[in-house]
Amino acid sequence: MNYSAFSTPAGMSRRHFAKHMAGSAAIASTAFTFGNAIAANADQLRKNRKSAILLWMGGGPSTIDLWDLKPGAPTGGSFRPISTTGDMQISEHLPMMAQQMKHMSIVRSMSTREADHNRGRYYMHTGYVPNPNIEHPSYGSVIAHELISQRPDLQIPPFVAVGGAGAGPGFLGMAWAPFSVTSNGRIRNLDMKIDDKRLMQRVAALDLIESGFVKQTRPGAAGAGSPAGEHQKVLRKTLDLMTSDQMKAFKVEQEPEEIKQRYGTTGFGQGCLLARRLVEAGVPFVEVDLGGWDNHDGIFATLADRKLPELDKAMSALVEDLAQRELLQDTAIIWMGEFGRTPRINQGGGRDHWARSWSVVAGGAGLKGGLAVGQTSSDGTEVESEPFSAEDLMATVCKGLGISLETTYTSKNGRPMKIAGGGKLIQELLA
Amino acid sequence: MRTFHTSTLLVGTFLACAATFAGKSACAAEPTLPPQVAEINAAIEQQWRDYEIKPAPDADDATWCRRVYLDVIGRIPNMKELEQFVQDRSKDKRAKLVEMLLEDDRYAEEYAGHWATVWANILIGRSGGQERDSLTSRDGMMKYLRDTFAANKPYNQMVYELVTAEGSTKPGTEGFNGATNFLADKVNAEDAVLATSSTSRIFLGLQVQCTQCHNHPFNQWKQQRFWDFNAFFRQTRALRRFVSGTNDVDHAELVNEDFAGQANDPSDALIFYELRNGLVKSAYPVFIDDTAIGTSGYVSEVNRRQELGRLMMESPYLDKMMVNRFWAHFLGHAFTKPVDDLGPHNVPTHPDLLEYLGTEVRKNSHDVKELIRWITLSRPYQLSARHTTINEVDDPSVGETPKFSHFYLRQMSAEQLYQSMVTASGATAAGSYERQEQQRRQWLQQFVVAFGTDEGDEATTFNGSIPQALMLFNGELTNQAISDRDGGFIKRVMAENKAPRDRVNHLFLAGLARRPTRDEGTIATKLLVARGGNEVAMLQDMWWAIINSNEFIMQH
Repeated sequence: MNYSAFSTPAGMSRRHFAKHMAGSAAIASTAFTFGNAIAANADQLRKNRKSAILLWMGGGPSTIDLWDLKPGAPTGGSFRPISTTGDMQISEHLPMMAQQMKHMSIVRSMSTREADHNRGRYYMHTGYVPNPNIEHPSYGSVIAHELISQRPDLQIPPFVAVGGAGAGPGFLGMAWAPFSVTSNGRIRNLDMKIDDKRLMQRVAALDLIESGFVKQTRPGAAGAGSPAGEHQKVLRKTLDLMTSDQMKAFKVEQEPEEIKQRYGTTGFGQGCLLARRLVEAGVPFVEVDLGGWDNHDGIFATLADRKLPELDKAMSALVEDLAQRELLQDTAIIWMGEFGRTPRINQGGGRDHWARSWSVVAGGAGLKGGLAVGQTSSDGTEVESEPFSAEDLMATVCKGLGISLETTYTSKNGRPMKIAGGGKLIQELLA
Repeated sequence: MRTFHTSTLLVGTFLACAATFAGKSACAAEPTLPPQVAEINAAIEQQWRDYEIKPAPDADDATWCRRVYLDVIGRIPNMKELEQFVQDRSKDKRAKLVEMLLEDDRYAEEYAGHWATVWANILIGRSGGQERDSLTSRDGMMKYLRDTFAANKPYNQMVYELVTAEGSTKPGTEGFNGATNFLADKVNAEDAVLATSSTSRIFLGLQVQCTQCHNHPFNQWKQQRFWDFNAFFRQTRALRRFVSGTNDVDHAELVNEDFAGQANDPSDALIFYELRNGLVKSAYPVFIDDTAIGTSGYVSEVNRRQELGRLMMESPYLDKMMVNRFWAHFLGHAFTKPVDDLGPHNVPTHPDLLEYLGTEVRKNSHDVKELIRWITLSRPYQLSARHTTINEVDDPSVGETPKFSHFYLRQMSAEQLYQSMVTASGATAAGSYERQEQQRRQWLQQFVVAFGTDEGDEATTFNGSIPQALMLFNGELTNQAISDRDGGFIKRVMAENKAPRDRVNHLFLAGLARRPTRDEGTIATKLLVARGGNEVAMLQDMWWAIINSNEFIMQH
């Protein structure tokens, strides 16, 4: 056994040391992979690398009041439509987004079946309905998994969830779980406050215990997929992150004041700004959460006074900023929640859960902007064109990101599973 | 040399207790076990035969001791407790240990605290009572639950009290009744929809949240049932009580008020709900087994929640739900997935066993400690976590239904980790109980993430992901645990042992309930050299490695 951690020359940098360890790699059953060697042609890679940002509206937003208004209908509510820079109208409470709609398209013919929060959240995040026997990987885990090869120098987690929990990695394993941070990008417990050499010596001792436990509980397959083995993988990613100067991407407070103001000094605003910084740093998937859309009571005041101004400012800033930095062509933006809300306005002046006819917004990464795809009936209760599902949306986004729809995973129980649940492409969105 | 001696003894005992393959460990099985244990074993073993699975051997004594401490009182055993158990040569030592944790006064407080924590998370979530404008008092909830488990109150009695409670939520206020905290934040909004879905799901295993708005295709519950059940909660309000002279909510009072119904006739207080197509239908309080109660909305004539509590106490779903939840707590998987869905569309893995145990808890007056005895002494709970070719098909993580042929590895909860760190190394805040409890809660809160829905859904980042790893690498709790301060754990280990080797042994036994391997001993020596012979610094490094390991964080 070679405890290389104990024979490192003094004065080595932490990262240098990490590579050194990866080279000798004799302690663990599998080699440490602190920061892979940087590929020769990093610039070329950076040029082509794709990313996605999911704006997740927890609670189920009332898309009939945002993106697909029905003025005059009994279900229409009190908001009026306004014109946009795209070929559609949207809510009067989204004036800044109206200026950016040339970059984004609305799919107005979403029709799904899951109108419970947990089921809807799972379905929209994975393209699969919940199944007690299997945990499907979410959007973020899948896209991070598929796009990681475009950024061999990435040292921070490839899937970051801002201001929420994100959705899980399912059978892809904890190494693909979302790295969950608050919208101000502050990460707790990042600094160990001991010197690098001692850190690595501690890690050597730790790894010995880890590997022994994996062998003991799962002797056959070297711990593949077992909780003990997954733990080991996450520790490596954690060390990677602790020792990386790419972590400065999280320092959203270093942005110029006027940019912070443009995004809005709300949690969601700063979260969107953080998403842009992370994408710039090479993170392939960022989810930013904005909750509070479960408006069973008094929906119109809540939307007009609170939710829509916050959303409008932040989302329009994100689209505009990415476009100006020429990042939008490689970055998909998806805006959605677990479902829409009932066209019928209930006794409490609210709207309830509704999955049958609702809207999502998507753009960037080669998806066409400025369109309204599909249409609903005059009262919003039915889809009157080809209906689209979570699978279809995910397939279309993957296509825009250059991910092959023939990609197939094998779940832990040996079942082959097509990426995006075998969804069909929403052709109108593709150039 | 005292500790060195006992360590040697430990090794000897490990060998003496090595499990035999037939599964009857020399240290377990006694004829005096409760008859329910044999019934559990028979049902579980029958399925092994059906699936041609061979179970894992029994876990060694030290591992099992760690396991049972974690599950019954919420923390790992300390060195003394571990040694005491391993050195015990009696044949019924496992039963004796369970008995001690359940009944000995020394553990009464920890037992009650642990189960109160587990149940508070079930009843009000990890975020309940943490928001400033919340009507829930987490202290009040915990106090009620601690008293309940300390007194070993019958489970169905607890359910009755939670469902029917009236009074103030906050300890120290007039009319305090901590049981009110279960419903305090669930009755006011949206016609008590959350009270309806939580009560039926948590205690009866009936998932009704989807049927609020429509008839669900996979769920036998219809929309009518939902609103029938909901009608039981419509006399109930949570009234805000303010800090005098301010607009800050101090606490809430859960009260029953006469309910006029939506047709404004208290003698026949019906409610309305809307079908998807806009048609309006009416509902009265009707229990899941079709038992209807009086339709009056006057509390003096019909106290709807008391009627509901009474009906729930008699429901076989309540019995099965109790069994399913406690089984899942100890074995890592319930008889159904999820644990709180006993609907007819969701067939249990061991339906007869679940049925039988449901009947038995009722016969035994819903005695929680009795159920804990049956489960912890049953054969599946004795097995090691070793996953081998002879039981590899039994892997619920790949979607197979659990057969309980080996112990399923699972991560400790954040709460168990906290208590274990405190036990293992005295890493705790000084000060009063309240101060300590506040620190514990603050620490736990860092892992809670809300989903932004009205149903208060939440997730935890204490799930084996990077934030958790960072916390254990660098967090304050770890720094306290490995601190070299006087009177701290490391200094105590120094004082209590003479030789460096014994000190390292001490760390491994305290953290992992085993001695170090030869390689681990070697690396300790290397660390000692690397630290320039500073033994305290070496022990700090080693202890850091131990508490960060998968072996420490896993229940196994």
